[in-house]
Amino acid sequence: MAATALMPNLGLNVCANSDLVPDWTDQEVSTGTTIMAVEYDGGVVIGADSRTTTGAYIANRVTDKLTPIHDRIFCCRSGSAADTQAIADVVTYQLGFHSIELDEPPLVETAANLFKASCYRYREELTAGILVAGWDRRKGGQVYSVPIGGMLVRQPVSVGGSGSSYIYGFMDSNYKPGLSREQCLELTAAALSLAMERDGSSGGVIRLASISEEGLERRVILGNQLPRFFTR
Amino acid sequence: MKMETHFAESRLRGVSTGTTILAATFDGGVVIGSDSRASVGGEYVSSKTINKVIQVHDRIFCCMAGSLADAQAVTKAAKFHLSFHSVQMETPPLVISAASVLKNLCYQNKEELQAGFITAGWDKKRGSQVYVVSLGGMLISQPVTIAGSGSTYIYGYVDAKYRPNMSREECLQFATNAVALAIGRDNVSGGVAHLVVITEEGVEHVVVPGDKLPKFHDE
Repeated sequence: MAATALMPNLGLNVCANSDLVPDWTDQEVSTGTTIMAVEYDGGVVIGADSRTTTGAYIANRVTDKLTPIHDRIFCCRSGSAADTQAIADVVTYQLGFHSIELDEPPLVETAANLFKASCYRYREELTAGILVAGWDRRKGGQVYSVPIGGMLVRQPVSVGGSGSSYIYGFMDSNYKPGLSREQCLELTAAALSLAMERDGSSGGVIRLASISEEGLERRVILGNQLPRFFTR
Repeated sequence: MKMETHFAESRLRGVSTGTTILAATFDGGVVIGSDSRASVGGEYVSSKTINKVIQVHDRIFCCMAGSLADAQAVTKAAKFHLSFHSVQMETPPLVISAASVLKNLCYQNKEELQAGFITAGWDKKRGSQVYVVSLGGMLISQPVTIAGSGSTYIYGYVDAKYRPNMSREECLQFATNAVALAIGRDNVSGGVAHLVVITEEGVEHVVVPGDKLPKFHDE
């Protein structure tokens, strides 16, 4: 945005909100998005769409919104792309340092609290909704939600981002405690597909990951392989 | 004191139905339903048991969303136009006629009005149909449709669960579940679920009180 102000004046003075200037020249990059995380016995499954927008332009249609924070801890980012990347970098550093001090793998709850600390302290400046999910030896698979404003709450299943509103009903009716890893993956893929279908700011491919004691497994579901429903 | 502030506010802003309404066709008929909460600004529930499903003719019902005052005025005018039309034509009106009447009222007065409608019913020509008139006055026909503030939360559920040509019981259960899920997440929808089943044979009202609504895992 500052760069465009410094560009040479080519004799055509148009104000930013005219039709001659596309809206994405002065819009913040946003991960208007759908993200989801589910706990199962032995780990967690996380998922996200892959669309990053600046206004109406899709800046990145294959974004990876599942960001590793540590070996068995990931975060799912929604909101401002810049804000969430910055916070994730800060927390990755803090957690890495803490883990070296402790000389053992960090707890998911610790990572979640570090996110909360940054999101709450700078709540006026930030637009970031984050899901922190992972596995640790003490409590197994855990999902923590840190929405805009900086609250912290642990939930067995959580959704976030602009597309999440459309799938609350689907989630409430389809989630039950005690699902297996495969069922969680199917549920996440179905829910994300439904949200991507209805939310203009979500789309692209579905990125899934499952985290357990054994390790990490990532997969991608491409557009033509997305789960289909009647209205599609 | 609170009551007086709310009363004054409601005169300024108009009682609005933050709401959940839906309609779905099944094999042989259509189910139309809604919640029953009317609220002022999301703070005060002015009615817990309002009926948002209005009968405009024998086999044609409509549900309103948006400003309750606007919706009541429009449906009153629509009822009149429709009964007049029906007398002139000497035949029960078509569902699309009812929907078109609402659409014309909404489109011609789009600057002043803030109301959307779902019209559902059965007629001899096309059987069971569902039409939706949105805020600006667009009219489209769909096999299933949802509207109102609570509908945002059930788009995923409806997309996943609805199938054309369900049985009457399946469709009734689908509609009840959808309203219950929306009430569970939208704070301006609530109360009971009003459902109306319309078929060639007749019309049946089903009211599911709040405590009998299906419960989902975290309730």
